[in-house]
Amino acid sequence: MNSSIDNCLNTYLNKSRPLVYCPGCTHENITKALDKTFAKLNFEADKTVIVTDIGCSGLFDTFFNVHALHGIHGRALTYASGLKLANPELNVIVTMGDGGLGIGGAHVLASCRRNIDMTLIILNNFNFGMTGGQYSTTTPTNAIVGSEFLNQAEIPLDICAIAKSAGASYITRCSGLDSDLDQKIAKAIEHKGFSMVETLGMCTGRYTKRNKLTPKAIKQIIEDLPQYSGNIEENQRPEYGKLYRDLARKKTNFPEPVTLEKQFDIKNYQRQEVVILGSAGMRIVTAGDIVCYAGLNAGMNVSIKNDYNITVLRGQSVSEILIDPDKIGYTGIESPTIVLALSKEGVQRRQYIFADLKPDTFVLKEKSVAIPDTKASVIEIDFKKLKIKKQDWALASLGVLAKNEKALNKQMLESALKARFNEKVYDIAMETINKTIQ
Amino acid sequence: MALSFMEGNEALARGAIAAGCNFFAGYPITPATTIFNNMLQMLPPKGGICIQGEDEIASMGYCIGASMAGKKALTATSGPGISLYSEQVSFAIGSEIPLVIADVQRLGPSTGSATRGADSDIQFLRWGSTSGVPVIVLAPTNALDCYELAFYAFNYAEEFRCPVFIASNKEIGMNKESFNMDSITLPSIVERRQYTGNNYLPFKAKNDKAPPFLPIGGKTIVRQTSSTHGPDGYITIDSDTIAKNQARLRNKIHSACNRITLFKDNIKENSDTLVISYGVTSRAVEDAIKILEYKGQSVSSLTLKTLWPVPENLLKEKAKTFKQIIVIEMNLGQYVNEIQRVLKDKKIKFYGQMNGALISPEKIVEVIENE
Repeated sequence: MNSSIDNCLNTYLNKSRPLVYCPGCTHENITKALDKTFAKLNFEADKTVIVTDIGCSGLFDTFFNVHALHGIHGRALTYASGLKLANPELNVIVTMGDGGLGIGGAHVLASCRRNIDMTLIILNNFNFGMTGGQYSTTTPTNAIVGSEFLNQAEIPLDICAIAKSAGASYITRCSGLDSDLDQKIAKAIEHKGFSMVETLGMCTGRYTKRNKLTPKAIKQIIEDLPQYSGNIEENQRPEYGKLYRDLARKKTNFPEPVTLEKQFDIKNYQRQEVVILGSAGMRIVTAGDIVCYAGLNAGMNVSIKNDYNITVLRGQSVSEILIDPDKIGYTGIESPTIVLALSKEGVQRRQYIFADLKPDTFVLKEKSVAIPDTKASVIEIDFKKLKIKKQDWALASLGVLAKNEKALNKQMLESALKARFNEKVYDIAMETINKTIQ
Repeated sequence: MALSFMEGNEALARGAIAAGCNFFAGYPITPATTIFNNMLQMLPPKGGICIQGEDEIASMGYCIGASMAGKKALTATSGPGISLYSEQVSFAIGSEIPLVIADVQRLGPSTGSATRGADSDIQFLRWGSTSGVPVIVLAPTNALDCYELAFYAFNYAEEFRCPVFIASNKEIGMNKESFNMDSITLPSIVERRQYTGNNYLPFKAKNDKAPPFLPIGGKTIVRQTSSTHGPDGYITIDSDTIAKNQARLRNKIHSACNRITLFKDNIKENSDTLVISYGVTSRAVEDAIKILEYKGQSVSSLTLKTLWPVPENLLKEKAKTFKQIIVIEMNLGQYVNEIQRVLKDKKIKFYGQMNGALISPEKIVEVIENE
């Protein structure tokens, strides 16, 4: 492999890898212009990477003595983004044909929107050269290509207009045959942010065999289209990488895991299987967490599984908790020791459990909630009468559990609340608990 | 003693951080999203990078780019995301790009059920890329495993320069549980072997090893390519070169199979039945064995934590003395095919369930007792 030291005579082209394009292919001119650009910018080869994908534009990386990453069709910008974020010192150049443009459209949009400092050179030659001249997203409707009539039923896209609306901060459209192409590319590279150069060119192997396209005609096409020659004023903004790093730098607190010391020794604690049946907005998950904290404070092993709708403000919210002096294996609940029936939706979700509840299962139900027939002992509580808001019912029912020494006691509950909440919230929570624990 | 309390997904993220992960790119998907959330909390304070891709394909692309720049990259998704990752996974396999991919599996096929668990992707992870080149797949049974296996996954990814999958499950990833973090003992961190010579050929390697690495952006020019390449990283059509490389990609994983076989066994004297399982199902198997023990029946178990490469020697050795093997899976029969292939001479019974619910210990007891 050649190293950077071999970049003599001010060229970055690889002497052992001569250009292999079809005679007359515009790609050759663009390759040479890019080489001149590197020389003009005095780039260090080891600080420069060419990222390419599939098709004739994907040959670019092989001709240069710089770092290279040649990947999957349409995805070049994704590798380029990863490289640039990982190593902000790199000069990142991406080449992509109109094929990659079509396949990787989402990545082009994301790159424009994100504004990572890298340069995309689009080699638009109006068709898929390598696979037989099929139509691409840029093929004119009236062109004759290798796709029979298909292109006649579609229209080509203007990637520059799209890039502008997607937030690109620098766009140039030009002919791949322009004599000052190296300067145009150099200016794009010097832009701090995402820059895009759309070059229009001739695919002599395929497209121009059946379509009249001359250097002059290309110039005319560009003139007839909206002009893009650099900075897009309304899209100027800080470069993504710098912005990201500035924002990320402010995040200095590494979140340590929740770890609870054993505080009490509870003799003969039996495994508990607790099911809390509630609805969205009733803070069921928080109540479930508190039960777990209580168990942890007593040195028990705990596990919690929550079941709620993806539309989180509606529907059931069910927590299933295991507290066990031994290691917990299976995390499903087969025979609950405690069921808190706090809402109709929650009960409906698990109505099948009631028939098989054992006589010694402790069922607490809110007065307004109906439950299926069960052999378990049921305690009813009227939270409304106690002036407890629905959002606090789950918390309040933990007070009932503590009072009856089911799964947790007063001491365990208080220490769990202390561990889970800050002082202010703890005081508010205790106000609610005190209404039921007495 | 203090116990920590977290989801499997959080434990996986913590294991990755412990292994030196410094780059994450992903796209939200239930039940894997909280890995992303956790990495977003944990990486910035450590100076790492965490970004959201525009889609799953892009997320993998960012990881590939970052890995080639020398970062230790993690991504996380579920079955539908693995489908989208597929082409990039092939790239990472064939071009020897270290990556760790967490697949928090959910019930498939296709979009399936976002919030229902299953071990849907066990064969997909192995075969969901072109070429059939082997990958490494690790399967946790609980939050503690998520932590440890994430650590191992990075070590393997760095050593073998390949994507390593962690086949988690909604029932592990989104289940919050306690474990003792002080009980974790980890091996040393493995770093990518750097090339130290003068004439770097990016894919020149011993017949059963990954090539030494140099990053894109370092002093020496590096070529990376998704195309069939020779040692120099340029396209090749030379059949000897191609054959050698294809063989090496297989050998580097297969020759290390015994060393990267992670498992847990519970072999009892006087038992003629061995239950083989993996993932969250293994927990129910252990409970079932306790129930049977209480009833006076002795049954042994083997929990596989390395699923791919298939730990053939381990399976043969452990199964040797048993009359019958029972395989339990949270799908309708995926890994049992490998067990049948390896343990040709054994009587193998299978029970699988794919209904979004965990397989209960009682069901497993029934399966064992009905023998």
